Amino acid sequence: MYTSISDGIVEGQSDEREASFNERLDRSVKVEPNDWMPEAYRKTLVRQISQHAHSEIVGMLPEGNWITRAPSLLRKLILLAKVQDEAGHGLYLYSAAETLGTPRDAMVEALLTGKAKYSSIFNYPTLTWADVGAIGWLVDGAAIINQIPLTRCSYGPYARAMVRICKEESFHQRQGFDVMWKLAHGTPEQHAMAQDALNRWWWPSVMMFGPPDSASPHNEQSMRWKIKLFTNDELRAKFIDQTVPQAEQLGLRIPDPDLRWNEATQHYDIGAIEWDEFYRVIKGDGPCNRERLQTRVDAWNDGAWVRDAAMAYADKHAARETSAA
Amino acid sequence: MNKEWPLWEIFVRSENGLAHKHVGSLHAADAEMAVQNARDLYTRRNEGVSIWVVKSSDVVATDPSQAEALFEPSEDKAYRHATFYKVPEGVKHL
Repeated sequence: MYTSISDGIVEGQSDEREASFNERLDRSVKVEPNDWMPEAYRKTLVRQISQHAHSEIVGMLPEGNWITRAPSLLRKLILLAKVQDEAGHGLYLYSAAETLGTPRDAMVEALLTGKAKYSSIFNYPTLTWADVGAIGWLVDGAAIINQIPLTRCSYGPYARAMVRICKEESFHQRQGFDVMWKLAHGTPEQHAMAQDALNRWWWPSVMMFGPPDSASPHNEQSMRWKIKLFTNDELRAKFIDQTVPQAEQLGLRIPDPDLRWNEATQHYDIGAIEWDEFYRVIKGDGPCNRERLQTRVDAWNDGAWVRDAAMAYADKHAARETSAA
Repeated sequence: MNKEWPLWEIFVRSENGLAHKHVGSLHAADAEMAVQNARDLYTRRNEGVSIWVVKSSDVVATDPSQAEALFEPSEDKAYRHATFYKVPEGVKHL
């Protein structure tokens, strides 16, 4: 009659169970950790949530690069808080993925051995302070559009983690826009720096929504399972529609000569996306892939003695308490 | 050695007068570290005034496959709810 919350995975496949699972999904009943679920649903979620977590953790690196060189104490405090949030987002997501029965260490190992992917956007370098602004404005802006629908996704722990994350992301986007605004309205050199950052981050941000619907392998099944509520292209269009006017307000130019408002579709038309670049970066050949992964591997290895010492200390004290009692 | 830190479930009281509510989980070597990590992870923006941590392996739960047997019987007992009873017209304070 009872079970544990941490090892309640029900194995096995059954048509009847699958039918009842689908029927509950249709009624928008959330799936919770110990509920029966198709193995493929579980696998898809573990892949998606853990890669999302990896993206948050690796995403700390490009911005962390500027913490020591932020232009004022206030900017430094803001950036520290933001990077700390990214660590938090990674941890919310790892624990959501763990409820599906995959241990944390297994996920970390998948990242460190290159088996698991993370968002390709973090394989681009942050060359100037304006890049910190562009990341907050564009990358976090794109992330918000991706993530808001996930607060309504079918898996309870993932949806709940996304609610917390989305609340915090809006601070990230606004502080980024604020950095861009100050630079865009600063000296000609600062304005040029903001434009240069937009030039370099625009296309990678547009690519963050993933391959076009015509070439996206996971779209259809994930939509059936209510893990994904909008297609890649729908989300991408939303991002472009809301970001182009913001660039105009900043007085910056989007680096796309084919960008036009389309009265008929009520969306912007954009130029061709260089998907070759996207796939090259995903496969490991972006400007910073090796450096990012090596930084994570070093952090994990250098921290091993700390993890072991803390565990040994805890075990020793637990043993002492037992023998005293 | 390479032993994973145990998992803890975290409960936060958002303000006095409200119950602690489950907010998520985290890894920590012991209870003290779990409380410290929970403070950093789950209360960065005034989310709480008190934290409980419980080892995940110590939480006992109902089995979802028994949910029907456990919880459905209460569905056909409408008479347990005040709304089951028709209040005659004109009767007040009921």
